[in-house]
Amino acid sequence: MADSTTSRVSFTLDSSLDSVNKVELTAEQVAQRAGFDEDTTTHVAMAVREAAVNAVLHGNAYDPSKHITASFETTSDSLIIRVSDQGPGLDPDTIPDPLAPENILRGSGRGIFLIRAFMDEVHFRQLHPGTELTLIKHRQPAQPGN
Amino acid sequence: MSMKVQTRQVDGVTILDLSGRITLGEGSVTIRDAVRDVLAKGSNKILLNLADITYIDSSGIGELVSAFTTVKNSGGELKLLNLTKKVHDLLQITKLYTVFDVKDDEASAISSFTK
Repeated sequence: MADSTTSRVSFTLDSSLDSVNKVELTAEQVAQRAGFDEDTTTHVAMAVREAAVNAVLHGNAYDPSKHITASFETTSDSLIIRVSDQGPGLDPDTIPDPLAPENILRGSGRGIFLIRAFMDEVHFRQLHPGTELTLIKHRQPAQPGN
Repeated sequence: MSMKVQTRQVDGVTILDLSGRITLGEGSVTIRDAVRDVLAKGSNKILLNLADITYIDSSGIGELVSAFTTVKNSGGELKLLNLTKKVHDLLQITKLYTVFDVKDDEASAISSFTK
C-alpha cells in the first residue's frame, strides 16, 4: 500500500498557556493548508486548543518538569492531530455530560464535549503515564466520477 | 490578543463592552474580576456586550456561566448582548443559549432589566 502521508510536523512543548496558543495556531495553519473552509478550520483549531488545555491544565497541571507533545499529520483523506501529556491519565467514560440538567450551569467540563462536537473521530489512549488524544477530521470525499 | 473591558452605565444597567478573546488565563480572569467589581460597587444589573469578542473557548464559556450564576445568586440579572456567530453557535451547541437571556439590541436589552 502506498504511503498516503503528505506532511507531518510535531512539537514537544512546556506545560504552559504559550504552548496551548502555539498548538492552536499550528492547527489553524495546518487545517488551512489542508484546504478546510473557514468554519471547519476554526472548529479544528478550537478542538485542538481544548485538547492542549486538557494536556497542560488537567494532565500535567502546569508541572514544569512535564511536557506535552502535539503532532499534525495531513494525509490524502484526513487531518490527524495527536496531543499527549504526562499526567495521571484520563478516563473519558468518567467525564460528566455537560448537557445534563445537573451540569448545565457548571463553570467547567465542556472541553472534551466540544472536541467531540467539532471533530469526526476522537480517540483516547492511555500512555502510563499520560493520555494521548487523537483528533481526526476527514477531508471532503471526492465527488463521484472525479 | 488579550481581552479588554470598558464599563459604562445606562439607566441603572452596567454595560461591560468586551473585546478580544475569552480564553483560559487572562480573558476569563478579566471577566471574573470585572463582574466582581461591578457587584462590589452595588450594581447587579449587568449587560455583557460581546460584539467585539473574536473567540471564546470552553474556559470562556464556563466563565460566562459562572458570571451568570454569581450575579443571579446575588439577586441580580446578567444578560448577553450582540453575540457573534461563533459565540452564538457555541452557546447553541452547549445548550446554553436558552439559559442566558440573549439580546441583540442595546436599548431593548436595557429596558428588559427589572426596574
